[in-house]
Amino acid sequence: MVRNVLQYLEASAARFPEKTALKDEHEQLTYSEYVTQAKALATFLAGSEIKGQRNKPVAVIIDRNIKSIVAFIGIVYSGNFYVPIDNTMPAERVELIYDTLKPIAVIDARTNRSKPIEGAFVLDEIVQNTAPDEALIEAIRKDTIDTDPLYGIFTSGSTGVPKGVVVCHRSVIDLVEAFADAFGFDETMIHGNQAPFDFDVSVKDIYNAMRNGATVVVVPKKLFMLPKLLLDFLNEHQINTMIWAVSALRIVSDFKALDAIETKPQIKYIMFSGEVMPVKALNYWIEHIPEPLYVNLYGPTEITCNCTYFVVDGKQDEWKALPIGKPFANTRILLLDEKREKLVTKPGETGELCVAGTSLALGYWNNKEKTDDAFFQDPSITEYQSLIYGTGDMAYYNENGDLVFASRRDFQIKHMGHRIELGEIEVALNAIPFIETSCCLYDEARGKIVCFYQSQSDDTRAIVKLLGTKLPKYMWPNIFKRYDKLPMNKNSKIDRVKLKGEM
Amino acid sequence: MEELLRIMSEVRPDIDFENEKHLIDNEMLDSLDIVAIVTDVNDEFDVEINVNDLLPENFNSAEALFELITKLQYE
Repeated sequence: MVRNVLQYLEASAARFPEKTALKDEHEQLTYSEYVTQAKALATFLAGSEIKGQRNKPVAVIIDRNIKSIVAFIGIVYSGNFYVPIDNTMPAERVELIYDTLKPIAVIDARTNRSKPIEGAFVLDEIVQNTAPDEALIEAIRKDTIDTDPLYGIFTSGSTGVPKGVVVCHRSVIDLVEAFADAFGFDETMIHGNQAPFDFDVSVKDIYNAMRNGATVVVVPKKLFMLPKLLLDFLNEHQINTMIWAVSALRIVSDFKALDAIETKPQIKYIMFSGEVMPVKALNYWIEHIPEPLYVNLYGPTEITCNCTYFVVDGKQDEWKALPIGKPFANTRILLLDEKREKLVTKPGETGELCVAGTSLALGYWNNKEKTDDAFFQDPSITEYQSLIYGTGDMAYYNENGDLVFASRRDFQIKHMGHRIELGEIEVALNAIPFIETSCCLYDEARGKIVCFYQSQSDDTRAIVKLLGTKLPKYMWPNIFKRYDKLPMNKNSKIDRVKLKGEM
Repeated sequence: MEELLRIMSEVRPDIDFENEKHLIDNEMLDSLDIVAIVTDVNDEFDVEINVNDLLPENFNSAEALFELITKLQYE
């Protein structure tokens, strides 16, 4: 029985020891090298000051490289779980995450380490200087169970503090088994990894490939600026599987890059998620390369990547929203009314999309309050405990029984593929000395975050400079509107409805 | 040019587009910035920046981009 993802890795390494498992622009590793390097890191960690620790977080400073994946798996071998930290994240936000997380160690997996990170272990040095201790690795494995945490991913929090979603082995095992069943994944797949490793979209590349004995090729970030070269790269590396963010696919369609190349990439699977896929962009892809299986995937990090999927059968009607489809096997979807008390079952009627199943995350790290808010008892079951996760996404069933995303029930937005709580931006804005108060809204039609702020000074550049020390770039507002006094409603709160009209 | 600077500043309010000359070479912009800028430029200036125009030399400065737009408008 599979109770630890490392069993997948070891089975694939036994089947294909010399096959390329991981590749980036600088290096590549066979399955047997992958295992050896990961075990070396685990051996080092087990002999360091964190000796004997289990199910504790180890932070990894990630890059667009395969070292990051080796670091993850090495940490898993050590009996702990990994938390990816983007190397470009502002230091203040990293501190905020560490305050909550209290990692027992930090691994530096970056390619360019010209600026060293204080207190971090450098993966490259460890791997070169450590021989795996098989007996130790085996002893650690013996004690593991499938509900042990595998990774933690931090996401925007409305109170200004990022939340760490912790996911266990069993949920990822459930995910890759469901994908293999639904789509017939196998060892011939070559994944072109687009998603950064602190996005759970990348979990699908890492673990599907691991289960199936397939190959992951990390696509360099700069190519997503140069769509023609991006398509050349896909051809050059014979990439046949793209599990990408919608925004990345749009770079190709927005620039009509498929018109400008001679050799069309030979793709088997094109799967996308992260935000609503514009049908126009999707139709562009289907028109130019009709062969692959196109799948719209839906789901937040809290339910381990995806809970529903919709297989796209040819070009779609541009006037209709693309459905998010039906649940994966071993996943149940419920729509709940506003009070989270009653089920919504009528076609066309909108309710909050809630998820039940093995895919549910363990919760938010060290945050019981937020965990209890989001993971709660299924109101239709009173006789035994059955937790569901409330996504905050409003959805309805269409005439075919497919789910369709409608809107959000709160102030969370999807901007350039990132999930953002507007409240987190407001907290950072309000901390700026010359800002008295502020409010952020999202202009969906134009895809821009609009900031309304009350201040006596009108200095946008100073605001952005200060925000840059606290928030990642994708969370910065695009448009700033200064007010001497922001409009208030009768409850003495900022009048968001009025401001929306002034957008 | 003023319109272009407004568009670019909306996408990246932190960058001094009037003086910056190495937007691509110094990796100051990323792919999503480029998409956002090109989409707005196409709309506002009624041009179509095409995939073959996506070269560092056309995007390294606001001036260079403005030259590209002017060229496309004459075509």
